Amino acid sequence: MLKYIARRLALLVVVVIGVTLLTFSLMHLAPGDPAEMIAINRYGLENLTGENIEQIRAAEGLHAPVHIQYLRWLRHTVRGDFGYSLVTGAPVREEILLRLPATLKLAFAALLVSLLIAVPAGIISAVKHHSPWDYATMTGALLGVSMPNFWLGLLLMLLFSVILGWFPVCGYGSLRHTILPAVTLGAGMAAITTRLTRSSMLEVLSQDYIIAARSKGLSEKSIICNHALKNSFIPVLTMIGLQLGHLLEGAVIVESIFAWPGIGKLLVDSIFARDFSVIQGCVLLFAVLFVIVNLLVDISYVYLDPRIRYEKES
Amino acid sequence: MDLTAAASGQNLTLQRLKKNKSALAGLVIVLLLLIIALFAPLLAPHHPHEQKLDLALTAPCQEYPFGTDHFGRCIFSRIIFGTRTSLEIGVIVTAISAFTGIVFGLLGGFYSGFVDELIMRVVDIFLAFPGLILALVIAGLLGPGMFNVMFALALVGWMGYTRVVRGAVLAEKEKGFFAAAKALGAGDFYIMYRHLLPNIIAPVIVMATLGIGHAILTAAGLSFLGLGIQPPAPVWGSMLNDGKNYLQAAPQMTIFPGFAIMITVLAFNFLGDGMRDILDPKLKEKRIT
Amino acid sequence: MALLSMRNLNTVFHSEEGKIKACNDVSLDIPAGKTVGLIGETGSGKSVLGLSILRLLPRNASLTGEIRYKGQDILTMPGKQLQQLRGNEIALLPQSPSTSLNPVLQTGSQITEGLCLHRKMKWKPAWEKALAMLRLLNLPQPEKKAREYPHQLSGGMKQRILAAISVTGRPSLLIADEPAKGLDAVLRAQVTGILRQLTGETGAAMLLITHDLKVAASLCDEVAVMYAGEIVENGPAEKILTNPVHPYAQGLLASLPEHGLRPIPGYGPSLLDLPAGCKFQRRCLLARDVCAEKRPPWQVFSNGWHARCWFIDQSRKSQQNLYRGDLQKTAV
Repeated sequence: MLKYIARRLALLVVVVIGVTLLTFSLMHLAPGDPAEMIAINRYGLENLTGENIEQIRAAEGLHAPVHIQYLRWLRHTVRGDFGYSLVTGAPVREEILLRLPATLKLAFAALLVSLLIAVPAGIISAVKHHSPWDYATMTGALLGVSMPNFWLGLLLMLLFSVILGWFPVCGYGSLRHTILPAVTLGAGMAAITTRLTRSSMLEVLSQDYIIAARSKGLSEKSIICNHALKNSFIPVLTMIGLQLGHLLEGAVIVESIFAWPGIGKLLVDSIFARDFSVIQGCVLLFAVLFVIVNLLVDISYVYLDPRIRYEKES
Repeated sequence: MDLTAAASGQNLTLQRLKKNKSALAGLVIVLLLLIIALFAPLLAPHHPHEQKLDLALTAPCQEYPFGTDHFGRCIFSRIIFGTRTSLEIGVIVTAISAFTGIVFGLLGGFYSGFVDELIMRVVDIFLAFPGLILALVIAGLLGPGMFNVMFALALVGWMGYTRVVRGAVLAEKEKGFFAAAKALGAGDFYIMYRHLLPNIIAPVIVMATLGIGHAILTAAGLSFLGLGIQPPAPVWGSMLNDGKNYLQAAPQMTIFPGFAIMITVLAFNFLGDGMRDILDPKLKEKRIT
Repeated sequence: MALLSMRNLNTVFHSEEGKIKACNDVSLDIPAGKTVGLIGETGSGKSVLGLSILRLLPRNASLTGEIRYKGQDILTMPGKQLQQLRGNEIALLPQSPSTSLNPVLQTGSQITEGLCLHRKMKWKPAWEKALAMLRLLNLPQPEKKAREYPHQLSGGMKQRILAAISVTGRPSLLIADEPAKGLDAVLRAQVTGILRQLTGETGAAMLLITHDLKVAASLCDEVAVMYAGEIVENGPAEKILTNPVHPYAQGLLASLPEHGLRPIPGYGPSLLDLPAGCKFQRRCLLARDVCAEKRPPWQVFSNGWHARCWFIDQSRKSQQNLYRGDLQKTAV
């Protein structure tokens, strides 16, 4: 198993390097001269002079060939220096760290909401296969997957903030502020997880060892809890790793709607402000986080499934 | 492929299609959407760009079935015209993603070795970025416009197809007829075309159908955030963006465009799920041995 | 009175292609303490019959008829009572050891589960008992193996685990579903030994479902031959396995390697679309018009031996030269 982890880690390094390459090249995707853009941001369009632009070009090292720029950027990044925001001038690392807790809070709350809804719903659906409950849950899940989460967010806002006044429309701080964004973000995830839990459970319930367990005279409840659950959870757990990606995507939108001061909102704002350093920092963070979480999920998968954990003896 | 087997295979597919309610429902709605998109000028009561500022923010009534927005434009008409944009984006993006993905998947699965490793690493690298975020950055940096949105979305969508196709190719390689064909002297592209392609078509179709829905959803998200096609074009996502500023005064600006998105994506999800059941019914009930 | 008595059992699967009649009007008795073999090809419905007894079939199956265990009809039993019955009175020794054990649970705990449930033991004594059972079944290093997971054990070892599980409830009837399926000769002999040990030591009756005539010969007191969902011959094992009366059973024996490896011509009927009269009629050398029109009733050949054929008195004469030699009871 150690060999497996080692191999995955090596792969991780390769992927992360590739991620940095891709992130870096994104910046050079933008039409226009980066030095000029920075100058506009710093001095304003009216005060633009040729000198300023050339100054910036020299200071930022933008005259160097692209691959040198990349290596320089990489060197800085690895040391934790993500550069400076072109808008506020503050170090990017600070800007990100300032907002990271908010996003993590939202993500955690959403994950909680999602699991609390999806797991029981999926299990019950599978056990009561083809019952009215099953059809209702599956229809709900399908709607949830098809519904844009920003629409859901706005509808919830309309109902609970504007009409009913139970929760504040936007902002950050108390639990009341957290509920609507968490439900919005969590609902979409719940839809996907419900479907997966159900299909995974159905797959397990049709296996021979379940019939064998039933033939022993075990109660259905005992069969589900002691035999089926652990087997069906393994694929669900791996899905949760992928869910993190959806979570981050969703966070970008949900934070924009509810003015939640997290990294998602930072990213969107930076894109419009053409704040390259911040964009690079955020994107890199998202990608690396995602890759690491996936690796952790893969490893836990190996740990959970005894078929992989223990090598077969002769 | 045996002639009788091929013929009976087709009949069985059509048979299953007729019986599968969700696939049929999806198909019907998709066809309806197509008709709406094609005949938009005939179906819409008003011109989507026509502004009547004195009638801004009116509730649904006979003249304006879905009410008007903050510029006095008919929401119903804008939604109808928005169907064109959504379907266009969905289909084109999916076509490009699928094509790219299939090519890479075939190459990787077929040739294995270094080519395969390279392609899979690139896939992994792209997969490291959550889709919307990468599309957001690309579209945001490239600037507004439909082409940029489509480019961004296609760039973010091809990986899934590559993995699926590669997996299918590897599975087919195990089956042995592959080696037999090679032994007969068949060329590489011939094998890919004649032998591998028919076997990967089924999962690709399912993926593409669901992919259209996903592309429409992501495109709506980008438009909502203010990227992509610029106003005054009637795009569902940006209509919601406008709507969020008038949530209390004119909820109709939010409710109806979002509903349109949901129905459209739902239709493709129904169709895709249904196709999955039809084309690979082994996944359904466990068969009795 | 027989321990288990099936009358007019019909098992039908409702699929999207139609109704699959897996068991047709099956009547069979299993006397206490005796081993009854259920012999047939793949697809004859014998496994389905075994699962029907304990009502372990999937949701799309419907059962009609009567299955009386110690006088009580299993098919009309309430759920709780059925649960009590399973594992306790009637136990299943499932097919395919590699898929019948839960891959994420230790093998030992799958045995102790039965012990705690049926014998109301606490965990520690149950674990000791499980190890003792495995020792009796000649599993090497039981302490180590019981802590391992199914995929770490060989086929033969898994078979022993399943055997141990099946007797945790001290059942009066054991249903062994294709225990020798896909096994080589060595393993087959081992499994036969295990089964003999189980029935010998517990005195349980056994319904041995198998397609392997040698295994049946080794273990069975009585034998029922199944074809296309019906029992076509039923009687003493020794007699049927050496000199059967039903043309199908005769064909089965003739197809054995030592008797000439002569296959029965033709194909079995589809269970979706069964013929009206005798199910074997299309492949039978003795077939006449009446066979296609009317389903043959039980014809008694001698005491405790009957077959479903219009012409059993003639079947012997024409088939006499079909093969030479007898099927000996193989010692293990």
